[in-house]
Amino acid sequence: MRLLRNYVPQLTLLPSLILVAITVYGFIALTMVLSLTRSKMLPRFDRWEGFSNYLKVWNHPRWEVALENFAIFGILYIGGTLLIGLVLAIFLDQRIRIEGSLRTIYLYPMALSFIVTGVAWQWIMSPDLGLERAFHIWGWESFRFDWIKQSDLAIYCVVIAGVWQASGFVMALFLAALRGVNQEILSAARMDGASGPSIYWHIIIPALRPAFLTAIVVQGHLAIKSYDLVVALTRGGPGFSTELPSTFMYEFTFSRNEMALGASSAVMMLVLVMVLIVPYLYSELRNER
Amino acid sequence: MSVEVTNPRSGRAIANRIMVYTFLLLAAALFLMPLAAMVFTSLKSMPEITGAVGFENNTILTPPRAPTLEAWSTAWSSACIAVACDGLRVYFWNSIVMVVFAVTLSVGLGAVNGYILAKWRFRGDNIIFGMLLFGCFIPFQIVLIPMARLLGILDMAGTLSGLIFVHMCYGIPFTTLFFRNFYVTIPDELIKAGRIDGAGFWSIFLLILVPVSWPIFVVSIIWQFTNVWNDFLFGASFAGADARPLMVALNNLVNTSTGTKAYNVDMAGAMIAALPTILVYVVGGRYFVRGLTSGAVKG
Amino acid sequence: MAQLTIDNVSKVFGSTSVLQDISIEIDAGEFLVLVGPSGCGKSTLLNMVAGLLTISGGQIRFDGDRIDNLEPKDRNIAMVFQSYALYPAMSVEKNMAFPLRMAGFSKEDQTQKVQEVADLLQISHLLKRKPAALSGGQRQRVAMGRALVRDPKLFLFDEPLSNLDAKLRVDMRTEIKRLHQRLGTTILYVTHDQVEAMTMATRIAVMEGGIVQQFGTPAEIYDHPANTFVATFMGSPAMNLIDAVVSPDQQHLQIGAVNVPMPPGVKAPAAGTKVKLGLRPEWFGVGDKAEGTFDMPVRVDLIEPTGPDMYVSVKLDGQSVMTRLPAGSDVTQNSDCTLRVALDKAPIFDAETGLALYA
Ligand SMILES: Nc1ncnc2c1ncn2[C@@H]1O[C@H](COP(=O)(O)OP(=O)(O)OP(=O)(O)O)[C@@H](O)[C@H]1O
Ligand SMILES: [Mg+2]
Repeated sequence: MRLLRNYVPQLTLLPSLILVAITVYGFIALTMVLSLTRSKMLPRFDRWEGFSNYLKVWNHPRWEVALENFAIFGILYIGGTLLIGLVLAIFLDQRIRIEGSLRTIYLYPMALSFIVTGVAWQWIMSPDLGLERAFHIWGWESFRFDWIKQSDLAIYCVVIAGVWQASGFVMALFLAALRGVNQEILSAARMDGASGPSIYWHIIIPALRPAFLTAIVVQGHLAIKSYDLVVALTRGGPGFSTELPSTFMYEFTFSRNEMALGASSAVMMLVLVMVLIVPYLYSELRNER
Repeated sequence: MSVEVTNPRSGRAIANRIMVYTFLLLAAALFLMPLAAMVFTSLKSMPEITGAVGFENNTILTPPRAPTLEAWSTAWSSACIAVACDGLRVYFWNSIVMVVFAVTLSVGLGAVNGYILAKWRFRGDNIIFGMLLFGCFIPFQIVLIPMARLLGILDMAGTLSGLIFVHMCYGIPFTTLFFRNFYVTIPDELIKAGRIDGAGFWSIFLLILVPVSWPIFVVSIIWQFTNVWNDFLFGASFAGADARPLMVALNNLVNTSTGTKAYNVDMAGAMIAALPTILVYVVGGRYFVRGLTSGAVKG
Repeated sequence: MAQLTIDNVSKVFGSTSVLQDISIEIDAGEFLVLVGPSGCGKSTLLNMVAGLLTISGGQIRFDGDRIDNLEPKDRNIAMVFQSYALYPAMSVEKNMAFPLRMAGFSKEDQTQKVQEVADLLQISHLLKRKPAALSGGQRQRVAMGRALVRDPKLFLFDEPLSNLDAKLRVDMRTEIKRLHQRLGTTILYVTHDQVEAMTMATRIAVMEGGIVQQFGTPAEIYDHPANTFVATFMGSPAMNLIDAVVSPDQQHLQIGAVNVPMPPGVKAPAAGTKVKLGLRPEWFGVGDKAEGTFDMPVRVDLIEPTGPDMYVSVKLDGQSVMTRLPAGSDVTQNSDCTLRVALDKAPIFDAETGLALYA
């Protein structure tokens, strides 16, 4: 009884640990195993394929498009949210009278689901009735905005919707970090003769380094997961021109009954995430001690 | 923190102020534009939207000339989603039930876990924390296939309880992280005092810590609420026809291609799906950002 | 009230040994102060007595009964923390009643007891407030009140006054001492402030580097420091340690060219031994020569008036010596002068081991 009491914390933690052990680590292992089999609609473990599924995925034209799109989307989405978030935060930080309302306006898209965002932007970007028509009626007859219908430009529509949705969150991160910059350092810099812009460039922005890191990790992570946005905005189309790794995985696993291929692509996604996250986690945990 | 660029009274300073405000207001307009388009469209009739006779000058950003709640009521109770024509109503309640249970369970467990990991140090606790943290960062595609099997084995395939279970599992790492990082900022002496005063593991938690934890409860609840409410991947993968959450239904509604596309109904549906989380953000958003930046996600 | 025995207790964190073979014994009703520099293990020892940390070796006994394997709540102790550790969400009243509530006292008993203690500490008017609405001194009182309601056999204090400003600290010091005399409880009190130790303790344990350097009454510690660490740690300004060599006749100490008579209370070591002569700043004076004093030729370096006294830093054969002279003493900066110094209590220490050499 006494022994039991001494282990109350560990015992209380145990159920959650078991859950996570199974549903995170166990499932990752299972997916990895599946990726080496010849599973189609159902998992089967009687035939081993080695790494040939990975090769199949890697050489699949749709995967190629998915990776290319992911690179475009990832870079522009992260870069865009960071840039817009930073500029908004710096401007908002100039003793703006209506700061509270503006902050809420910039932040509200974060509350929306990617599905809602996708539905809304699909409507806005539709050439027949959306923005294009609006500009025509306002008198700009030659205005063209039909990217969503064009295979080579549709991915940029996904970028626009994504950046619109997430910039406010990055702004909030940066704003909090700006408020935390040491006032005395700023006063010292001003006494040393630094002017406004150079204070930002040389002192404040470097001080935001941790916020940049957090923002990059959070946004990169969202980019890899962004399945819903593409589904709602373009359904992967036109054709499969806005395919992303996440839609590829879903399509092959659940629509085409190529479970082993789906599993292989999921493992590759995990590797992508790890490349991004592990250095971050490592530095976080090291700073803790 | 703000940098005074120049003497506030000089002409350049005033020009600067004007520039800053112009930029911020323009940005605000851009951020609000999609919302305006959604709201306006949802209040219009189809002829007005398509610019039929009498509405030739209508654009997505023109306020409705003849506002009507027709589309809202259709989206809510009679729009056709796949084969059923009962609107989003049923799915809305599915989502509510799902959110209530999933949020309660994951936040409750996360609070206890965070308390243990922050205040009852034991050998290996850091490794366990690291392992939990990792769970926040996996792409969920990696667990979809095995989870589908597990739900089948547990006889929860296609059910709401199955979805709740999934959201609970993948919410625990986040809530644990939030609470743990909050509780490490609370002085250990409080726990020591509690132990000396005769409080045990649970009374210290419930009587001493929980009453001061409301900021992090707000953060965790908002986080979990928006994540679960807005989720599409798990819903699309695991929910059967009866248990479909709202986001999946909305996507089906928008992409049901029978007859002409009813943009006003689509937008009303999107608004219905968006309102709960917008409400949560407007009410608690301030605490959310404050809490998130002051420990939950360190920046 | 209880007799507390700490018997050969040690503590190891992982592979670092923090406390080694600590043995302290105090009688019921004593006021024991653990004093020492930061990081020497005072809090660790206190936490082990409280039961908040396990002990790695040895025993802790209360009136002869082992308590080192009991839960904190079963040890019949109460503790006051440096940060007060008041429960932020509870009112003062609830805070003070909390130990009683945990022990299962009835509501009426709780209220009555809390009222009693609140009257004693003069905090009755604060009972409804939350800790956040209290000043530092008031929080301190509430923390003490919460400890008092249980009538514990032993009180533990971990630097309870170090978060207060100087004036409040002095007031509370007096108050705790008065409370101790009135209630007669046994107290174990941790501080790094040697003035607190001197004024409050019935006995002091001076700790450093995980061991007890000296254990004794304040007078013993002050007048007969066991080694150079205790000598310099207790007293402000610190005792001067002057390098000297025992003269061939063993009757004097040679400090360069100055020959100081061997102090009366010491055991003179062999001729030629290197020692340190301990001189407290207040043993110096100006004016006429008196019985048992020695005239010391020095050069005045720096004068710092403090009001009633002045701290005068002088050079004696190249070594810096801090002295404390009455205000208005006739000394001028950068001039030679003669100070007389009382040697009757002066200790000497072995230069190598640092141990005092008493007769
Ligand atoms: N949990 C722990 N793990 C490892 N080392 C520890 C731990 N707790 C304390 N120590 C170490 O033990 C030593 C003694 O710490 P302790 O807190 O007892 O010092 P202290 O005398 O109370 O100091 P202070 O006056 O600063 O409060 C320190 O060197 C500290 O670093
Ligand atoms: Mg301490």
